[in-house]
Formats: sequence, structure tokens, C-alpha cells
Amino acid sequence: MRLYLTEGNPHCLKVVAAVELTGSRCELQFVGVEERVVPFLAHSKLPCLQLDNGNYLFSTNAICQYLFTLRGKEPSDLTNQWLEWEGTELQTALSGALYMAVVQGKREEAAGALQKKCAYIDQSLMKRSCPFLAADAITVADIVLWGALYPLLSDSTFLPGDLKALRSWFERVCAVAACRKAVESILKGKGLQALKPYLQKQPAPSQRAETPASNEPEGGESADRVLTEEEIGAAAESWSKGLSAWPKPKPIEHPVLPQPNEKNVLITSALPYVNNVPHLGNIIGCVLSADVFARFCRLRNWTTLFVCGTDEYGTATETKALEEGLSPQQICDKYHAVHAHIYQWFGISFDHFGRTTTQRQTEISQDIFRRLLDRDFLLQDTVEQLRCESCQKFLADRFVEGTCPFCNYEEARGDQCDKCGKLINATELKSPQCKICKGTPVVKSSKHLFLDLPKLEARLVKWLEDSMVSGNWTPNARFIARSWIRDGLKPRCITRDLKWGIPVPLEEFKDKVFYVWFDAPIGYLSITANYTDQWERWWKNPEQVQLYNFMAKDNVPFHSVVFPCSLLGAEDNYTLVNHLIATEYLNYEDGKFSKSRGVGVFGDMAKETGIPADIWRFYLLFIRPEGQDSSFSWSDLLLKNNSELLNNLGNFINRAGMFVCKFFEGRVPEMELNDDDKRLLAQATWELRQYLQLLEKVRIRDALKCILNISRHGNQYIQANEPWKRIKGTDADRQRAGTVTGVAVNMACLLSVMLQPYMPSVSASIQEQLLAPPQCNVLTEEFVCILPSGHQIGAVSPLFQKLETDQIESWRKRFGGQQPDEGSANQSKTEAKPAAETKAAAAEDAGKDADPQRAKQLAEEVTKQGEVVRELKAQKAEKAVIGAAVTKLLELKKQLVLAEGKTPEAPAQKGKKKK
Amino acid sequence: MVEKMLLELLSLEKSLGLKKTNKYSTQGDKVPVLQTNNGPSLIGLTTIAAHLVKEAQQKQLLGSTAEEKAIVQQWLEYRVTQIDGHRGKDETRIILKDLNQYLEDKVYLAGDNFTLADILVYYGLHPIMTQLSVQEKEKYVNVSRWFNHIQHYPGIRQHLPSVVVLKNRLYTSGH
Repeated sequence: MRLYLTEGNPHCLKVVAAVELTGSRCELQFVGVEERVVPFLAHSKLPCLQLDNGNYLFSTNAICQYLFTLRGKEPSDLTNQWLEWEGTELQTALSGALYMAVVQGKREEAAGALQKKCAYIDQSLMKRSCPFLAADAITVADIVLWGALYPLLSDSTFLPGDLKALRSWFERVCAVAACRKAVESILKGKGLQALKPYLQKQPAPSQRAETPASNEPEGGESADRVLTEEEIGAAAESWSKGLSAWPKPKPIEHPVLPQPNEKNVLITSALPYVNNVPHLGNIIGCVLSADVFARFCRLRNWTTLFVCGTDEYGTATETKALEEGLSPQQICDKYHAVHAHIYQWFGISFDHFGRTTTQRQTEISQDIFRRLLDRDFLLQDTVEQLRCESCQKFLADRFVEGTCPFCNYEEARGDQCDKCGKLINATELKSPQCKICKGTPVVKSSKHLFLDLPKLEARLVKWLEDSMVSGNWTPNARFIARSWIRDGLKPRCITRDLKWGIPVPLEEFKDKVFYVWFDAPIGYLSITANYTDQWERWWKNPEQVQLYNFMAKDNVPFHSVVFPCSLLGAEDNYTLVNHLIATEYLNYEDGKFSKSRGVGVFGDMAKETGIPADIWRFYLLFIRPEGQDSSFSWSDLLLKNNSELLNNLGNFINRAGMFVCKFFEGRVPEMELNDDDKRLLAQATWELRQYLQLLEKVRIRDALKCILNISRHGNQYIQANEPWKRIKGTDADRQRAGTVTGVAVNMACLLSVMLQPYMPSVSASIQEQLLAPPQCNVLTEEFVCILPSGHQIGAVSPLFQKLETDQIESWRKRFGGQQPDEGSANQSKTEAKPAAETKAAAAEDAGKDADPQRAKQLAEEVTKQGEVVRELKAQKAEKAVIGAAVTKLLELKKQLVLAEGKTPEAPAQKGKKKK
Repeated sequence: MVEKMLLELLSLEKSLGLKKTNKYSTQGDKVPVLQTNNGPSLIGLTTIAAHLVKEAQQKQLLGSTAEEKAIVQQWLEYRVTQIDGHRGKDETRIILKDLNQYLEDKVYLAGDNFTLADILVYYGLHPIMTQLSVQEKEKYVNVSRWFNHIQHYPGIRQHLPSVVVLKNRLYTSGH
């Protein structure tokens, strides 16, 4: 028999491993990626096996099983099951993940796409507690799954540390000689990147399998769940208890302080930079998400403190102050008020919204700094820095602009590129320019202090693994934190040559201030300290406090690595983050929000539309970029408002209330529950429990769906029972109409409580209309009859208004961008243009540096270093050693590209591969 | 989709002459699950089908030689990945084209013997075949011939309506 293979084809791994493991005698033949070997298939399908009787096997799993069968290892039910799962479930997720990781360079999304499958394998392994998938010894199932997963899992960032069973199984199979050989012959030591030529030739996998259309919440299996008799009975019993056994809502008394033997939840949302008006993406990314969770925690009677504030120090403020001709302090005062006002309008329930330019901030930052210094976690070094001679100062961060060294975006800032998001050292910028006088700065040296992250790495890693296992970190947060550690930590500069900041309390650094990222997260502590003198009961109390950090994903490195290192090094029993909740990005009509181009809705404008804050909250939460990017779209906003709010939720609550008013003089009627009613109660209870579970895991967007499901059930219930007809019928009919109305209005009351975290004003108006008792505002696992028969309700009026298309269109035009006539479709064009220009400019630029002599020399060095890396890997050297060698190799390659006069590739695909 | 699979499994039980009825459930509304008495449940259409065949002591339906077994497994996999995973006309056309080519010189999917692959691929193709025009059925003449053969195989069609396949060609010039 003859096996046809292609290099860099991931499907070949398992087949070759099976050949090696079974010691099968078969001829291996490597062919081109698109070669058609199987005569009856219209498209190329590789690998494939030609049998001695001339027939062909084109299914990789069938090939593997065949080789095992030849050795007398017949399939079992369990191996069959794994092979079928691999073919139907894993491969769909995997083809998407590989494509994202290798071709598109979207590694986090790739990890996310694979996460559920990895968890499934992990659970199965744990349940069986076998070393291998189907038996105590290796079987075809192990080879097949290993081969499928190897390309991604061999990169440790794709292998979550908390999936211990999966990890040890994977390592066990990797160690098998046959598998090692397969890797060598298919990937040729190039790792994931070896797959690139193959994957690029494949059509982009459709998203349908794992990633639902981005604006629709996940799941859907709950629609018609089968309820057991026990569930139905229990729901009916809970209902009948009424408010008598109901817990009382805990009154909030400021200052809120942690209580012994209670659940104490400390919630922060990333501190917004003071110098800008936040856009909708900023709002959903941190403050709004954190607010929903804080409100939820309070409804659960947990001791909850929610703090936030504006981040005011740093170059950004100085720049803005220059622009507007104000002092930095004036700028901060002005914009702090703008922020506070916007969040107030959105109904964000901070316990305290503070700012970082306070005395407390200085005290705490300098204290942490001194502790770090005393414990020898700070290094001193000289830094090459850009200095503008005409302005007579060092130009830190944002006082410089230039071309991004990674993606060639022309307007990259000195600290980060807005286009590719990479952190940049200002000196690396190409053609730098002083932002103040537009002159060209020169490189000068300046002394600075560094936080010694490598020295703290061991502590960090230990803490991080514990926190990720016991806490609830979103997948992107886990991934980003792991990537940082995997890429190796470097000392990180914590001082800056600036005026607007916290002074460094050392004589020889008296002209310098702390780098804003050193002190900004300390703002959480100081803002709490400005709220209560007993702030340490929250912040130096890891035993009693659970800390949740909310942010957009670009903030993850600082919250998961840099700031924890400061706190760990300070050794003062600080409360470190237990749950890091990071969102993806929200786009605007499929483009980016951009203040400078005037694209998108910003916090202050939302109000001007006349759409109530709660509608904004609802829509933003409904499309919350949870797990993947999502888009704000005007027409979708209209659709969701008119369908979900108006026709579903609003319609149900309004009808329930109206029936009480119209048919029963505003008094909740007598209720005699039959089986249908009890079933409905059980259904609502089930959704309520789902909601609680999801919110506890901070899956805000998914939990919102439970609310809408309950009102959907409610609408069906009313529709099926037609109380408006029965009310005119016999006594029994009237009785039935009463029961249905009573149950419905109680469901409306339950909805008002569940809705509170999402739409606080709407929740309040429902309760006002129903005259619901204030003590109903607690969430438990039970749905009880809160409005007993005889309860008088108030005047009922509609909760939501229809949005009209022409209204929406006018807003779309207004917020679409600077050229409103062009419409949104053209937006992407205008955006694409500067990128193309930059590329051309960069190519020119790079061309100038071309140097054939140097190129030749570099090419040799690259080859040599490549061998060193391979050698190290072959010897299974320590990760750090390999990592360093790889870094050197990449650096050489970069130089080589420059010397050859080419444009360096964006590092998104390049820098991240390794191993 | 999953209801369809459960019906297939019930039909298969009857075809195999299995007396006792098994208990089925579903996973995530898309995969059938068999609750077994002795051990953990089995998940997946082809896995359960192969299990039923063994239970009914008709192992020849899974193939007699190593080659045949592999070919049966391959087409079972093809059923759940390609046929069930197909979307759109284009992919349906590729499936029919490939199968038509493959079946040109074969009586059954595994060659000369009737196997489980014929049963499950027949079930899987049924909705596609009912959609085909007479002209298309003629175009994929080998698939039509094989399909007609399987649906008349004793005890196989069970719950499914018969698909009419004309034996005399209408569009003689078309092929």
C-alpha cells in the first residue's frame, strides 16, 4: 500500500503517527498540496491511502483505524465514538481555529474557538481517570485526537493550565516516539508556521460551526426543555411560599465594608483616561458591564463595592492641555466632570467615582514604590530617549508621533500604535516627530527606574495559575496573560521625564514622575481610600474579598501581569484580582469608533438622540462583545428595540398589568394553579436559575437572554389561555382568566427584578406600575408569588416606544462620519486608503536602508541561529533558553528583511509563532 | 436534524431485527445518544449504529476484511461529515458527483457486499434525492441506480417514503 502525503498538511500528522506506531509497511509519497490522487473525487483530498487492491481510503480516521485493524486492534465503541466526535465536532472547530491562528494571526480568537472542545476532552479524561482516551494503553483514538490537536496545543498558550487532565494526556502522547517522528516529517521543525502554505490554499472555513453570528447570543437549547415532575412540583411549592419566607434586601449603608463570613465583592472597572469623551465601546467594555454585575451582586445580598474614576496623570493629559490651552489640572477638572456626567446619565451605580490626582494616590503610590525599592525589586538603567532640543525636554510617550515600526501606520504614538495595538518604544518609531513643535527629536540618554519583572516572575506565575483555576477569568484574559509570560518578562520602566504625575520620592529622580501605568491601577486603591478611611479592609484582605476587574482586552497585560507584580513585590498582603473580565472590541457599523474622524456615538451624544439611557444599556448589553468582537449597528438597534423590547418584553408586562386593571379593578385575582400553570412556573424558575448561574460567571449577554425567554414563555401562555375571552365566559372561565392574569402579573414582577441590573429605570417603572413591595428586590433561586391575590396595582402604561426607520437613518447619517453623504458603506474605503499609503511610504523608507553586503552577512547569521534553535529544541532545552534564542533569530530576520530593502511584515503573524 | 437521526436508528433496529427497544436521548440538540444498560452512554450516529449492528450479531455489515471494514468506516464518516455537513447546492453537487463517479463500477459502497455504509448513506441522501429532478437523477445515474437498489433492499426503507427512480432514460442525449 502507498500513502500519499503533503508537507505542512495538519491531517497528515495522525496518519504518519499511526504508520509509525503500528509499524505498518507502506510506501510514503509526498505530493503537491493540490494534487488529485483519489480518482473518483473531484477535488484533491490528502492524505490518502492506496490499498493493495487498488481501492482508496481518503478519510484520515479510516486510514488510521485500518492500520490499527491490520495489527489486530479492532475498533471499540469508545474509539469509534472518539473518531466520530473528532470528525464531526472537533474538526469544524479546529479548521476555523487553525485558519485564524495561522493565516489571520488572530490567536486569541483561535484559542476561544477551541476552548469548549478542549474542555470536553479534559472532562472525559477526568471522568474515566485513564491515562489514555479509550483504554489504559494508547489506541487509535489517542493518535487521531493528538494529531488533530498537535499543531495548536504544542504551543503552550493554547493549552490552558487548568485543563490538567488534557495537558498530561497531551504530553503523554507527545512523548511517544511515533508521534515525535510524525511531527518531524510533516512540520519539519517549523511548528505552526509550517502549515501556512497549506492553510492559505484552503477556503476560509465558514464561521457557522463554533462562532454564532456576532450579535446573537449563544446557545438556544433552552427553548423547549423537558421539565421533570419533580422540577414542576418544586416550582409550585416555592411559588406558594410567597414573600413570607423571603430574604430582606440588605440596606446599603456607606461606607460599604467587607463583613466576616459573608460574600464580599469588590468591583473595579478600568479607569478611563480623563482626556477624552468615552464612546459606546468604552462604556460597554468596562463601566456598563461592571455596573450590571455590581447591581446583580447587590440583588443577591452580597456586600458589594463598585469603584471607578478617571485616570488623570500622564502625557495624554499634558498633550491635551497643550491642545486646549489649559493647565493639566484644568483639563482634568473639565473632563472628569464630563465623564461623571455621562456615567450618571447611563445610570452607572458607582459607590464612588473618584480620580487619580489626589493626595491619597500620591501616598499609596509612593508607599508601594518604597516597599518595592526596599525589597530590591527595582532596577536602575539608562534609557535612550527622544529629546526635542527646540522644546528643551525629553519627549515621552505621546509627545512623539511617527511611523509604527511593526505595521507602518503613520500616526503611531510614542507608546502604542493605534492601528496594530502593539506597544512601542518611542525610539523605535520611524521618522519621529515632536508633537509640540513638529521638529525632529534626537536620541539622548536619561536615567530611569525599572520594575524587575523577571525577578517576580516565579511568584507571579504561581499566583496566576491559582487565580485562574479558582477564579473566573475570561478566555481572552487567560490567553493574553499566558502569552506575556510565555514571551518572557522584561524589566519595565516605571518612571518618566514629565511634570504631570506623581513625583518619584528620590533625590536623584526629583525631576521625574511615575509612569502612568505604574500608578494608574493604584488608582483603584486610592479612590477607595478617598471613599473610606478603612480602605485597607478591602484592599489588604485577600481572605475575605473577591476582586473583579472589568476592562477591555487591551488592558489585560497591566492587570494580569504588571500590576500584580507591583503588589506581589510590595509584600503587603494586597487583595489581588480573582476574576478578570475582559471584553473584546465593539465596532461601529463594522468600522472603528474614531473621535478624530467623528465616527461613532460618544457618551455625550447618546443622550442627544432622545433614546432613553435604558434602551442604550439594553442594546449595548445585548451585543456585548463577550467572547468575540461585535458591532453596533443602528438598524440592529431599531430591530432589537422593536422586536425584543417592544413586542416581547414590553408587550408581556403591559398586557399582564392591563388585564389586572381592566378585568379585575386593579386587584390581583384569586389563583388556582393547574398543571399548565405549574409547568410555566417551572420553566420560569429554570430560566431564572440559568440567569443566576450565567451572571455569576459574568456572562452578561447570555443571561439577558433568559429574561427575554421568560417573557416569551409568558406571551405564549397568555396567548394560549386567552384571558380576554374567558373573562366573558362561565364562572370556571372567569376563574381561569383570573389565575392566568395573576400568574402573568407575578411573572412581570419577577422580570422587573431580573431586569434591574440591565435596565434600572425600566425596572423601577414596572415596580411603580405594579406597586410592587420594595422587598421584592432580591434574587434567589426561587420564583415566588410576590403579588398575592387582592394586591392593588397602580396605573399601567407602555414601557417602550417604537423606533422608526427614518429616525434611525438620520442618526446613522449624523454619527456615521465626517462625510455623511457617502454613507457607511464608504467608510471602509476611506479607512483603507491611509493604510495603503503608509505601506508604500514604508517600502520607500525601508528601501533606503537596503545594503546587499550586510544582507548576505545577516542571511548567514539567520541560518546559523536557526540551527541553534533547532538544536536547542531537539535537546529539549529549557523554554526560557529556547525563547531567548528564538527572539534573537527573529531579530536577525527582521534586520535581514530591512537590509534586503523589503518592508518588514507585520509581526502579528511573525513575532508570535515560535515553537 | 437529530430527530431524523433518532428515526434512522429506530428503523435500523427494526431492520436488524432487534427486539428490545433502546433508550435514546440527544446532546445539544444535534447528536443522538444511546443509553446503555451496562456502561456509559454512546454518543453519535455512526457509533451507535455500529454498536447496534454488533448487538444484532450481524458484524458482516461492518465489513468482513480489514479493507472492507476501513471502507465501511470511511463512508460512515462521509455520511456524518460531508452529507450531513453540506450546505448549499454547490456542495450537494460535489457529493453527488463524487459518489456517482465512485459507484460507477460498484454494486454497493463497499464493493460487492451490502453493509451499514449503504444503509446510513441511503438515509443521509434521502432528503437530497427527493429534491432532485428527473433530469438530475439521470445525470447521477450510478447514484440513482444504487439508491433505488438500497431502498428496495428488504427491510431497509422503513420510515422513509420511496423515491421514484425511472429505469428508462428520458434524456438520452444528456449524459
